[in-house]
Amino acid sequence: MKKTYLFWLFLLGLTQNIFAQIDTTLFRRKPILDSTKMNIDAVYSRPFLQVGRTPLGVGGYAEMNTNFGITDGIGEGFSFQMRRMTLFLGGSLHQKIKFMSEIEFEDGTKEINIEFAAIDFQFNNLFNFRGGIIMNPIGAFNQNHDGPKWEFSDRPISATQMLPATFSNVGMGFYGKKYSKQWVFAYEAYLTNGFDETIIDNGNSRTSLPTAKANKNRFEESSNGQALFTGKIAIRNRKIGEFGLSYMGGVYNKFQDDGFILAPKRALNVFAIDFNTTIKKTKTSIITEWAWVNVDLPNNYAVQYGSKQSGGFVDIVQPVYKKPLLGFPNSTFNIACRIERVDWNVGKFTETGDKIYDEVISIMPAISWRPIPSTVIRFNYRIQKQWDLLGNPPSKTGVFQLGVSSYF
Amino acid sequence: MKAKYTLSIITFGFFIATACEKLLPVSPYENAVLDGTIKDLTTAETAQFLRGDAAFAKVFTANTGLGPLFVSNSCISCHAGDGKGHPSTSLIRFGQTDETGNKFLLLGGPQLQHRAITGFNPENIPSGASQATFIAPSNTGLGFLEAVSDADILALSDPDDKDNDGISGIPNWIELANFLTPKPNAITKNGKYIGRFGRKAGVYNLFNQTVNAYNQDMGIVSAYSPNDTYSKEALDPEVTNAEIADVVHYLQTLKAPIQRSVESTEVKAGKELFVKNQCGACHTPSMKTANSTIQGLNNKTFAAYTDLLMHDMGKDLDDNYTEGSAKTFEWRTTPLWGLGLAKDSQGGKVHLMHDGRAKSIEEAILLHSGEALKSRQKYAALSSKEKQELIKFLESL
Repeated sequence: MKKTYLFWLFLLGLTQNIFAQIDTTLFRRKPILDSTKMNIDAVYSRPFLQVGRTPLGVGGYAEMNTNFGITDGIGEGFSFQMRRMTLFLGGSLHQKIKFMSEIEFEDGTKEINIEFAAIDFQFNNLFNFRGGIIMNPIGAFNQNHDGPKWEFSDRPISATQMLPATFSNVGMGFYGKKYSKQWVFAYEAYLTNGFDETIIDNGNSRTSLPTAKANKNRFEESSNGQALFTGKIAIRNRKIGEFGLSYMGGVYNKFQDDGFILAPKRALNVFAIDFNTTIKKTKTSIITEWAWVNVDLPNNYAVQYGSKQSGGFVDIVQPVYKKPLLGFPNSTFNIACRIERVDWNVGKFTETGDKIYDEVISIMPAISWRPIPSTVIRFNYRIQKQWDLLGNPPSKTGVFQLGVSSYF
Repeated sequence: MKAKYTLSIITFGFFIATACEKLLPVSPYENAVLDGTIKDLTTAETAQFLRGDAAFAKVFTANTGLGPLFVSNSCISCHAGDGKGHPSTSLIRFGQTDETGNKFLLLGGPQLQHRAITGFNPENIPSGASQATFIAPSNTGLGFLEAVSDADILALSDPDDKDNDGISGIPNWIELANFLTPKPNAITKNGKYIGRFGRKAGVYNLFNQTVNAYNQDMGIVSAYSPNDTYSKEALDPEVTNAEIADVVHYLQTLKAPIQRSVESTEVKAGKELFVKNQCGACHTPSMKTANSTIQGLNNKTFAAYTDLLMHDMGKDLDDNYTEGSAKTFEWRTTPLWGLGLAKDSQGGKVHLMHDGRAKSIEEAILLHSGEALKSRQKYAALSSKEKQELIKFLESL
């Protein structure tokens, strides 16, 4: 009884001392003109609650949605989905030493992952060291993936089913930024543990980088004793927007074991470009990312596993009604649309010379309401066509989703 | 003001609710797809069909038993949409040239596993072995074909061409694998049984086909066929007996293709030409099933356009490879049902005949020879309009 009393007293004290520091500069409604924030900053550009003057920051976000989808006239009915609850915990150990972590609970407790847990040594703007569990900076979405920042309940197909969304690994490296009037230049370069052979031998029956996320051992040791390099350079012009170019590559297969050579080294190479901007006059935000995957496959390997993949998405978000509403002074309604395409097997059949398909295109219009910048209620409709490997008549899918996502 | 907002939200909600129905994709017409069940399945049979469907789509990996040598990694990869296969997943068999059996069994025969998991090398055709390429047939309606009695098949056979129509038709007499039990009222000849599945009718029933496909196509050993194609050693089962039973049931209860455009004048005229040109002498328009414990297969008449018999198809289609008692130039009459939907499982183009060499229905007709030579000549003598009608009929199947 006494312990419970003390606990409530503690909570009461806490609520009187906390205050929200909401950095909304990455929200697309905010003119990018005002910002020098880039995708590289996403890990820190989140709303945190600070406990008094302590160096501790806590926060997170949650997102859920309804789902009603039909493929070729057949569906599984209506569902509620608790996509994820993510907790942020960070702190400053020194003016130049910071710790940040991100722990995610997906689909309830079906998956619990440490997506990010790194210590940053911030020597100066251009040269900083980061070590720990790092989100490989391939493309933009992998780092800048928080649900409340987006107008869509689903993450982009290319970022989840071609590139591994929220792919993190233990490793270390350097990052930094350089400012010059209207320009900001940023770079990141990390060595981490990497992929394994499940990317070409999995239940998806296609080359699948996301499959490697299932290997929890990657936080303990490399699958093959080789480091994966991930590097990104990005440049932002305050008037034009941000352009990023990233690369991730390394050996993915277990080519030796116990001193014996098992197979030739096989490498994968991933290239991605990303761009985001906000048109000043119309406040229209555009976010896009496209990536290309190359995987060295064994000879005579199953045709289902492609050596080349490509895909990406374009999000367009247009604020349409920004006025006080229902007690929210900064309430904003947006209309949005995501267009995406992924080709999981770029190439031609040896036997016929015909194109190999295994691809998807999707268009997803959306309406969203942001009563406050860090909270979004969104209504999405996805219409999707997906072709099998042979290019047979595509399956057609329609999905309605009503979701809510918010930082807390 | 609040009332205005409330009204707007209700209106918006009503709009969305009514729009949902219109915006969601509808099912394709039943006759436009091959998947689906036969009629009159019980709840338990439907549940087993769904389990079989899932097992049919299951993708095997090295960790779940794939290979080490294999042709493909799942059943569905060779039978997309339960339809005819694509050249990219065709398989090669080698080593047997007559009824005395396969002389290359110790060298990897009868089937080439031309793919391997990492760390292993795929097989090569042994020197001196003849070979034939086979494209996967469609799966649909197989339960009907399995349920035809041996007596009915034999009744269609005319090995000595007693009716003098130039068409003989003989069963492929095969030896039963040790895990098979002959069907009731099975007819034997010198201890051999009538094969009815596969391009050479070298397979006894769907259970036989399923066990063979797991082992030879995917390198998945079972209690029925425990020897690994690479090591030749008996291994622990990598697929359960229950899963095999589910896949067999799935294949038995997949619906038969449904003919389209039945009332079309062109199709009707084409059907008359089909009969007139004696195509139906081998591609028998009507068969019936015997007694079956599955109600939907019990004493049913169906139109598969096959006689399940072997026919001499001429030297151009003689690949110098065979199975069972069949000659190398003999092929089992391919069921024509589902022919018009072939392109929907073969990537928008057709790849017909046993190895997919024919790129159109007409080309396939013109590749017929041997016993089918007269029919081919009759087709060639048709006017353009008549040819079009005949092909429209075939496309309607």
